[in-house]
Amino acid sequence: MDSTADILIVGGGLNGPALALALAQGGLRVTLIDALEPAAQADPGFDGRAYALALASRRLLDALGVWGKVAGESQPILEIQVTDGRAGEGAAPWFLHFDHGEIEEGPMGHMIEDRYLRRALHEAMAADPRIALVAPAEVVAQETGPGGVTVTLADGAQQAARLLVGCDGRSSGTAARAGIGRTGWDYGQTALVCALRHELPHHGTAHQFFMPPGPLAILPLPGNRSSIVWTERTEAAAAINALDDSDYLAVLRPRFGDFLGEIALEGARFTYPLNLTLANAFVAERLALLGDAAHGVHPIAGQGLNLGLRDVGALAEVIVDAARRGEDIGAPDVLERYQRWRRWDTTTLALGTDMVNRLFSNDNPLLRAARDIGMGAVNAMPGLRRRFIREAAGLTGDLPRLMKGQAI
Amino acid sequence: MSMQSATTIDPAEIAKFEAMAAEWWDPSGKFKPLHMLNPCRLDYITSQIAAEFDRDLKTAAPFAGLRLLDIGCGGGLLSEPMARLGADVTGADAAEGNIPVAKIHARQSGLEIDYRHTSAEALAAEGARFDVVLNMEVVEHVADPLAYLTACQQLLDPGGLMLCSTINRNAKSFATAILGAEYVMRWLPRGTHEWNKFITPEELYELISRAGLRPVDRKGFVFNPVTWAWSLSSRDLSVNYVTASVKGAAV
Repeated sequence: MDSTADILIVGGGLNGPALALALAQGGLRVTLIDALEPAAQADPGFDGRAYALALASRRLLDALGVWGKVAGESQPILEIQVTDGRAGEGAAPWFLHFDHGEIEEGPMGHMIEDRYLRRALHEAMAADPRIALVAPAEVVAQETGPGGVTVTLADGAQQAARLLVGCDGRSSGTAARAGIGRTGWDYGQTALVCALRHELPHHGTAHQFFMPPGPLAILPLPGNRSSIVWTERTEAAAAINALDDSDYLAVLRPRFGDFLGEIALEGARFTYPLNLTLANAFVAERLALLGDAAHGVHPIAGQGLNLGLRDVGALAEVIVDAARRGEDIGAPDVLERYQRWRRWDTTTLALGTDMVNRLFSNDNPLLRAARDIGMGAVNAMPGLRRRFIREAAGLTGDLPRLMKGQAI
Repeated sequence: MSMQSATTIDPAEIAKFEAMAAEWWDPSGKFKPLHMLNPCRLDYITSQIAAEFDRDLKTAAPFAGLRLLDIGCGGGLLSEPMARLGADVTGADAAEGNIPVAKIHARQSGLEIDYRHTSAEALAAEGARFDVVLNMEVVEHVADPLAYLTACQQLLDPGGLMLCSTINRNAKSFATAILGAEYVMRWLPRGTHEWNKFITPEELYELISRAGLRPVDRKGFVFNPVTWAWSLSSRDLSVNYVTASVKGAAV
């Protein structure tokens, strides 16, 4: 055995480091195994990726001491406008408008670029003596026994702990090695992601246009910049992505409209095929799955990272509470508490975003009329609208302590 | 984990005890009701010990230096958490078969626990002394509760703490603990409990006082069938309940 920690985390994206920090704050020793070079995680360049962090997620990052490091680079989302539209036709008369002034907690979310969040999380991990980083390293085997779990790395080294947590994404090797199957389907849609610079200020407003091929989200970044998540049917997306930058923008312009003036690309362009993938179990013997490894959802509501951080808050709380009671943190009844807490919530959201996508990603005139009336109705009822805002801010449901701004 | 010092028992016996340990520690197995109750019992036990001995549960090994006796330790469901929190644990059980089972599991968990086939009375007679005595779900099974609680008192050093849980005696406890748990849910083997041996909280306080300890706290363990979990209650002691008592400095 090369080393022993309380918890082994596989995956150094965003959820893995956040979990490591939460557990270390709870007094536990953590080893995080990441496939990427530490240097790449510590200083990623700007690649156009950004996240819409819900208020509850920001509180969690604040409790972990990370938010203060990135707050200066963030853009508060002050308003959200949801509109039904068709390229070249402009918005339908009915639309949803959410204003942060309607809830007392402040902005419902913040936009933050991947590069800043990733660096801040990795720096915080490096500063915590209870966290050991093993990277770059690839896990090739994992084995559970009565008292613990051991993983073997590609170079033959072994790491042991009482609990293994898979934060290794939609095609989680940790889940596969534990024999946990997945359920899901492909949407036949692909998200085109990029950042834009624009002529006019966005005033902190996020836009979601529901277009027949899929939604177009325009999310405000600091300065006159916005992050774009543009969903098209997969074949169309491939064709668009094959275009050069000026032709790409030419296709985007009629969808985007001219309300922000002239637009130009900033940073790289990405494509993400959209699928729904749910692990058939979130826990197994001495194993828990978290984030996309447990539930890869449609990014329609920007909920992927927020859901993952909610898992982080819940799992850290379950484990730290168990450790403070003297329980075995990898025992099946302890892990079942996490699964019971998170599985229903995430499955509901996964199916909810799936339904919204099916309802909105089409050009059926009847559905179009129905959804326009539905959005108008929600907009006309302040109580219901406020509920949507609180939902978007991540303030509903059984919140982990870290998401209430409390210590672990 | 190697078994190098488990020893004097033959390999076939060890295999049997390993199977029994797995059974004791299976949360959905034979001891499911104990596993379900355990987090709630541990919350009470840890908070009472922390309060009495001024320990911070947020630190590593908060119970370091405390000598703790777990009477009726069974497979070690309470002994192991106490050892993990740093206590110096002795587990005693009158059922001889439980001892090797508990030992094997502690070894698998990498914990050092002194498990013994003995009774509270025998340990007291030997002159053993502890800071904490856990006396959970035992008193309703003994023939002479006062003599037994007196032995528990003798096992404590002055300033020591005894935690004692049992089942109330009323129509509701008969319905839930015996009809419900033994006959309907089959959580416990029939005949596990004799209802007339159950003790009311007032009777237990009286017995504890006569045994020479000072009762300081009592709480109910309440099962919520909606959340399917146990929680502590200050008001509802109608079925399962737990008490904390201390031994005065002057005996």
